Amino acid sequence: MWNATNSDAVTIFPRKSYSKQFIADFPDGFLPFQIGIVGVGYAGFDSMTPGLSTRELMFEAATRAYEDAGVDPRKDVQSFVCCTEDFWEGISITDEYMPDQLGAVLRPLCTISSDGIIGLATACMHIMSGIADVAVVESHSKISDVVNPDEIASFGYDPIYTHHHFDADPRFLAGMEMARYLKETGTKREYCAQVAVKNKKNALSNSRGVHGADIDKGIVMNSQIAASPLTELESSKGIDASIVFVLASAQKARKLGDQTVWIKGIGWSSDTPVVEDRDFARSEYVEQAAGRAYKMANVKSPASYFDLAEVDDTYSYKELQSLEAMKLASKGKAGKMVDTGSFDADGRLPVNASGGSLGVGHLLEATGLHRTLEAVMQLRGQAGRLQVPRAKKALVQSWRGIPTATGAVAVLGN
Amino acid sequence: MKRRVAIVGAGITLFRRRMLETPKELSFEASKMALDSAGLTLKDIQSVVSGSAPDAFDGVHMKGEYYLDGMGAIGKPHERVYVGGGTGVFTPIGGWWNVASGLYDTCLCVAEEKMSPLHPHPQYAFWSIFDQILERPLGTTLLWIFSLEMRRYMHKYGIKEEEIAEVAVKNKGNAVDHPSAQLGAKITVDDVMRSEPICEPVKRLDVSPPSDGAAAVILASEKVAKKLTDQPVWLDGVGWTLDSTHWTNRDLAYPEYVEKAAKMAYKMAGIKNPRKEIDVAEPYDPFDYKELHHLEGLQLAGKGEAPKMTVDGVTQRDGDLPVCPSGGLLGVGNPIAAAGMMKICEIFWQLRGEAGKRQVKKDARTGLAQAWGDLMQVGTVAVMRS
Amino acid sequence: MSQKITSYQGREITPDEVKEGKYLDIVYKFEPKYSWAAGVAISRFLTELKDGKIVARKCYKCERILVPPRMYCEQCYRPTDEWVQVKDTGTVNTFSISHVGTDARRLKTPILVAVVDIDGASPGMGILHNLGEVERSKISVGMKVQAVWKGSEERQGAITDIRYFKPI
Repeated sequence: MWNATNSDAVTIFPRKSYSKQFIADFPDGFLPFQIGIVGVGYAGFDSMTPGLSTRELMFEAATRAYEDAGVDPRKDVQSFVCCTEDFWEGISITDEYMPDQLGAVLRPLCTISSDGIIGLATACMHIMSGIADVAVVESHSKISDVVNPDEIASFGYDPIYTHHHFDADPRFLAGMEMARYLKETGTKREYCAQVAVKNKKNALSNSRGVHGADIDKGIVMNSQIAASPLTELESSKGIDASIVFVLASAQKARKLGDQTVWIKGIGWSSDTPVVEDRDFARSEYVEQAAGRAYKMANVKSPASYFDLAEVDDTYSYKELQSLEAMKLASKGKAGKMVDTGSFDADGRLPVNASGGSLGVGHLLEATGLHRTLEAVMQLRGQAGRLQVPRAKKALVQSWRGIPTATGAVAVLGN
Repeated sequence: MKRRVAIVGAGITLFRRRMLETPKELSFEASKMALDSAGLTLKDIQSVVSGSAPDAFDGVHMKGEYYLDGMGAIGKPHERVYVGGGTGVFTPIGGWWNVASGLYDTCLCVAEEKMSPLHPHPQYAFWSIFDQILERPLGTTLLWIFSLEMRRYMHKYGIKEEEIAEVAVKNKGNAVDHPSAQLGAKITVDDVMRSEPICEPVKRLDVSPPSDGAAAVILASEKVAKKLTDQPVWLDGVGWTLDSTHWTNRDLAYPEYVEKAAKMAYKMAGIKNPRKEIDVAEPYDPFDYKELHHLEGLQLAGKGEAPKMTVDGVTQRDGDLPVCPSGGLLGVGNPIAAAGMMKICEIFWQLRGEAGKRQVKKDARTGLAQAWGDLMQVGTVAVMRS
Repeated sequence: MSQKITSYQGREITPDEVKEGKYLDIVYKFEPKYSWAAGVAISRFLTELKDGKIVARKCYKCERILVPPRMYCEQCYRPTDEWVQVKDTGTVNTFSISHVGTDARRLKTPILVAVVDIDGASPGMGILHNLGEVERSKISVGMKVQAVWKGSEERQGAITDIRYFKPI
């Protein structure tokens, strides 16, 4: 039988109890936290990119990012981080195919099998620990190479308890979560639809917005059911792109130009992978990730602190859940606030002014980098028609998608 | 703010061809033992770093998400680091940057691999590591690149298969003393030479087996480590490097990526003369020639000279430079990421003088663990001190 | 294991126990499907293979001629500049005799595999391919070889348009 405890080890090492006092939240001298985003580049943002291989798409994005930052990857960069998952690429061990097009041959490069914001956090840690002055983060989606993405998404469910009980669209979990969220918070069904209306409308002003549209709530709610109550127009669609970020230590960033956007706080967390055990009404992992990021950035009142937010809207209701988890709306109130225009591009706090995933498109593990890209353009004052006036502080947040409960949050400022 | 990082606890499961435990359960057992040995509970752990090789083995997409409850990562920041076969040694390197950066004081690092779920054979997963357009249509297997590399290495330096076989004999022999070992055995060079050819020049006994298993260590900042134990093992140098994707364009006789990774780690640890300063080493040995190849890349042997060192007994447990005293992947088994972590655990126990029958004869103060991965491409190196 | 610990967790399942069906297992055939975009460099490479030619890309900065071709030079980190036709002959850099297939099952007839450094490309620029029309014991590192192509109607723009390389 499988033993739940290693009794032998326990008797040999009697467990002591350690108070939290010598395991600190942050060590002395750690704060204020400040890592510079000194360059961004991207390529793609299209439903299909049949002319380019993944590697060629990455080369375009990276070349632009290095140009933007004014760095030579063969000389100036000490660490490269890629955020990918094998089955989305159709390659086992995808880091094999990453170094050449990033200029990372015979350099420290690694894969983090996670969302791009966790990749940014990794690069921050590389800089903080003295490995790198300049670090690069890349993530991409080449979803147009995948013929049956549902088969792959379904394969993420627990193979024993979950996967084999259901022959359903993998989004059944989103449907269940949405239903529970609506019931427990008393949020009106139509408020979720308004999220899709808002974001698709915003995307019409975004040159990257593949899925922009001018539609109303009725059309959204009457579109095909994806996983009841979630409809197809409330479910973001995959597109192709590669996004590259160049990060630098505060000292180095100051030498590299004057358009630096600062990462001031960053956090990430995971809830249980056992889907049945989760509290479907709230995003605990976002609460934890945001809690950590706020503490780092010394954000006391998030609802009034930020000038804009780019948050997870893989599915319409996710935006509402996320806003509540990050205390940008009180519990159960996010829907009403969306409906009354508080989060419109010209509202009190523009949320997904870029169009988000519903309006622009979903980028798999690069989704977090997409949100960060949109926020960086805003903080640099380079967002064009999307520009939010006087944008100085931004919040970005991502979720890794079905069936995970993992997400990351970053606080940005200029 | 760069901080010194220590290993304060380690745990390991049995390594076997096929285990009853799920990936979550294997992760749990290794993590639990590591926590117990450090005298810590999960509450004391601030972040978790995990490592595992292709999802294709366990048969779950995004397996880092799937197994995270087994390693106690619920409600904690968790990241899965991934550099193919190099992942095992890279997992504590991931933990190192979690702690060295000042972001966390304690970090649990767990490496898990369950290769047995994939049918008809775990090797099948390796087909999909090759270029999908230029290489897979040729019917590739992972064994090809090893046998091609082994041939090139032998050709360049005039090395005999018998000399390489000495590594298999040594490591499988060492593994007899490892309680987790899958393939510990007293064999001879003749046994290796007469084992069936798989991918010539590679023969059955030149190769490590596919396995299931997990291993874990706990890292802590200097301040915390000193309160927890009077025997911390310091993770003083880390390094990693990836070479070009185009492995057929590369000098297969010498692992430059290991050299670069080692030099990064040596520089960080302040090591000037590795051959003199490293007392015990655990280089990656999925194939016997790989141990030799890596010793050369690590600057622990001159180019083409590692076979002679082995034949002369320098790398035995009682030799001047004990190499793979654990029994290595050839003897203990090769659950990919867990096998690399097993090497970290072994150096931890060797430097604490807790390795029992496997304890090396010399007074070991500085040790090294290294793993390799991808298309003959990745080197990951950790230098540890007592 | 540390000498302080005497018990090691894990329960081995033997092949016999598997055969007896003693433990529950769940069987699933995972079937992801892909249609990878080959991209600029490899599309051209495959098109030329169909015509019975091997092409490479040249970087004007380091002056290397790269096979397989890529649109960027990984050493100089810049776009490559020119298409160059290279020969369909080369030298065996290293070789192996494979007795197993992709799923580790034994093959009746072993496959001969080699890295072939292509003539006309920069030194050490090899590709992975099979060898044919040669006795196993006669293969050697440094052996000169030439591509044996499929007939022009059979070729479809794939690496297998070259059947194998044979000694010359």
